[in-house]
Amino acid sequence: MTMVPLDPSSKPTSQRRIAEGDTVVVYERHDTMRAVAVRAGGVLQNRFGVFSHDDWIGRPFGSKVFGGGGGSSKGGGGGGKAGGGGFVHLLAPTPELWTLVLSHRTQILYIADISLVVAYLELVPGCVVLESGTGSGSLTTSLARAVAPHGQIHTFDFHEQRAASAREDFEKNGLSSLITVNVRDVQGEGFPEEHCGAADAVFLDLPQPWLAIPSVGLMLKKDGVLCSFSPCIEQVQRACEAMKTSFTDIRTFEILLRNYEIRNVALKSVTSDEACVGPLPQKRRMLTAPGENTDCSQRSSSILVRPCSSAKGHTGYLTFARLCV
Amino acid sequence: MDSPPPPPIRREAWEGCSVLLDINDGDRLAFFRLTPGATVKIGNKTCSLQPLVGRPFGSLFRLGADGLVPCAAADATSRDHNTRDGADGQTQDETRDNRSLVDNNTAQNLSSDDIEAMKRDGATGDEIVEALIANSSTFGKKTVFSQEKYKLKKQKKYAPKVLLRRPSARSICETYFKKSPARIGFMRVDTLSLLLSMANIGAYSDVLVVDMVGGLVVGAVAERLGGTGYVCSTYLGSAPCSIDIIRMYNLSSDMVSRIVQVPLSDLCSMHSSGNTPSLLNGGAEGEMVEPAVVPDEDAQASLAQQVDTAVSDEKAQLSTDQPTDMEVSEPSLDEHPVQDENSSLDGKGSDGNLDASKSSKAGKAPSPEKMKYWKEHGFSSLIVCAPGHEVERLVADLLPLLSYSAPFAIYHQYLDPLAKCMHSLQVSKMAIGLQLSEPWLREYQVLPSRTHPHMQMNAFGGYILSGIRIHSTDCMIANNFRELVLNLYGSRYFMPPAVGFAGDILVYCLYACGEQTDV
Repeated sequence: MTMVPLDPSSKPTSQRRIAEGDTVVVYERHDTMRAVAVRAGGVLQNRFGVFSHDDWIGRPFGSKVFGGGGGSSKGGGGGGKAGGGGFVHLLAPTPELWTLVLSHRTQILYIADISLVVAYLELVPGCVVLESGTGSGSLTTSLARAVAPHGQIHTFDFHEQRAASAREDFEKNGLSSLITVNVRDVQGEGFPEEHCGAADAVFLDLPQPWLAIPSVGLMLKKDGVLCSFSPCIEQVQRACEAMKTSFTDIRTFEILLRNYEIRNVALKSVTSDEACVGPLPQKRRMLTAPGENTDCSQRSSSILVRPCSSAKGHTGYLTFARLCV
Repeated sequence: MDSPPPPPIRREAWEGCSVLLDINDGDRLAFFRLTPGATVKIGNKTCSLQPLVGRPFGSLFRLGADGLVPCAAADATSRDHNTRDGADGQTQDETRDNRSLVDNNTAQNLSSDDIEAMKRDGATGDEIVEALIANSSTFGKKTVFSQEKYKLKKQKKYAPKVLLRRPSARSICETYFKKSPARIGFMRVDTLSLLLSMANIGAYSDVLVVDMVGGLVVGAVAERLGGTGYVCSTYLGSAPCSIDIIRMYNLSSDMVSRIVQVPLSDLCSMHSSGNTPSLLNGGAEGEMVEPAVVPDEDAQASLAQQVDTAVSDEKAQLSTDQPTDMEVSEPSLDEHPVQDENSSLDGKGSDGNLDASKSSKAGKAPSPEKMKYWKEHGFSSLIVCAPGHEVERLVADLLPLLSYSAPFAIYHQYLDPLAKCMHSLQVSKMAIGLQLSEPWLREYQVLPSRTHPHMQMNAFGGYILSGIRIHSTDCMIANNFRELVLNLYGSRYFMPPAVGFAGDILVYCLYACGEQTDV
């Protein structure tokens, strides 16, 4: 199975069963996942137990599987510290999950930036896209999905080993027919001439993007879109200067994602007695110290929402521009 | 056989296509169809749109004596006026300021009669702007920055520019968000982008969509599918919501043929023979959905009718029927300053003969074979955009229609309904990886020595709840939660309160098991 279906039969459906050779994303928690290649006799060991791949084969994607070994089952996964009895979910890989599990060889782009890049580059199936650098291939995977099944991503990185690792990843994920990985210093040499006037869109994530911009002007189709990603505003400044000669509609954005957490909480009434003064009677608190505030919890609870207290404050600036017609 | 090679993006406007005209750098944005008789009114002049046919998207036009004339390539970059000024990087050394400028209305020596006379003599707009500058006694005293501003203001009035833009999910969403945000449920373009990513939309996907945002999302999904897979647009009750916005996209007939419409009740009844009882489902179907299933012919007829009556005048379509069309429960909450500008989303052009043959194919009922396939295999993803609805039970009905491990993304303009939905999903254990998020988009002005975020930014583009449907045997486990929890905790140190016991229990379980938090 491929991460991006190349024909109607290769997409994951409820009928599809996990088979040897598949890559599954093993989901422990929303922030703990990893990609695992399923093989007969294979074993995955984590803090929730020992999982035999053989037990996975033949199950549908999305299944919950329990680990063996160690202590007795603690009732469907709670704890797991004893090294057994916990569970994980086996998910079909998607570009979004891949971004969360891939091995970081560089700083990578995350979903908010990725989704805006794909939309603003106006990618549709069949598009040809040039990208430099390849990095860890996080964005590349989403670009490939957007142009599949007949489009093409030509990605370039000056680091030979990094390019090789990315190529390996793309192969494992069944994306080889959509992505060609090349070793090239695009800042120094520009993109290869063979792509002249052939690109619907170009993406740059380079330390000195302004050096590559003249070449981008040659590669893009008219009205094609360029995106340059830079963490620092000084880079943006120089890139925008370089774009002025042959690009128009130059716009720079910053996109962040604010996540919210929910709690089923009973807030105390203002008339409640003094004994209840103290931290909010949240559910977890009640689990750990239940005896103390049973009075407070008599009130009916409601779902309350607040932003998570930690978040990514900055990833990079995204500058988009169109080649003048 | 399922996938003819998708056509490349057509980069020139063609007869009958949909175009987006950007007049005077965003002052006016309007969609037109390039029919032979189509016109646009600029100032007091009505111009034929025929000169646009065959021109590349991205072309700039000016108003000539006989209508729209393509600008020379050199002029084209001049629309980036605000990035041209101070290009020499001297702004920090600017010595001029506004201390000597007095607003007494005597700075301009050219009278309106003089300007009229120039026009009669056939002067171009650019010549008039030059004359205005030459006759301004204060122009030379202005800073470079305000000189540019002055030029731009005069240029807009005397030498309007029309930019031919290609309609795409990006430009369509941006345009509606700017001019008619209520119609698309206040969904900003970055939010739309996230929905498409989070729902893993790509070639060959079978995407289940609830689109109560005018067709914006159906169109965007169809664009990403490129004529493969299916967009199954489902609706509550007996009549489908308008998805007229798909007509702004230049979807090929292949792409349009992949859009099908089906009432939710049909999908649910197709599924009820399955064996995945949802914890949340009790009584939901009956309440949410009209029990009587409308024959497909009726649904199609009503869609066809919408198509026929739509967009003889884009203005009518875009600006009149907002609250009703939106199905927002509280129209008073629906107000938004931008709506005041609706009159500027005009496009008064005679857009009469639209390409009805193209649109009428959208929204057919899916074939019985397809329905059967979806019943057995599930949809590959789900996007719900019902910004005026409770989504908790809606989602509970929709999730069982997804294949296992399929991602979903629920949009809402309010946070509360999504929070409730998220809680239900946590409790029911139908989904994992639940995330409630809100994108934040800030645009920057980038100019030498004058780089900073835009003074005005949009502060709200909607909320998204995303997650992944999991194999449903877990729902059965949920039924055993009570016992389980009692065994686990009750006997040890936990005395449940009398009120809301059953509900609370599930939450404890969630902490104990769902996310495997170490307690």
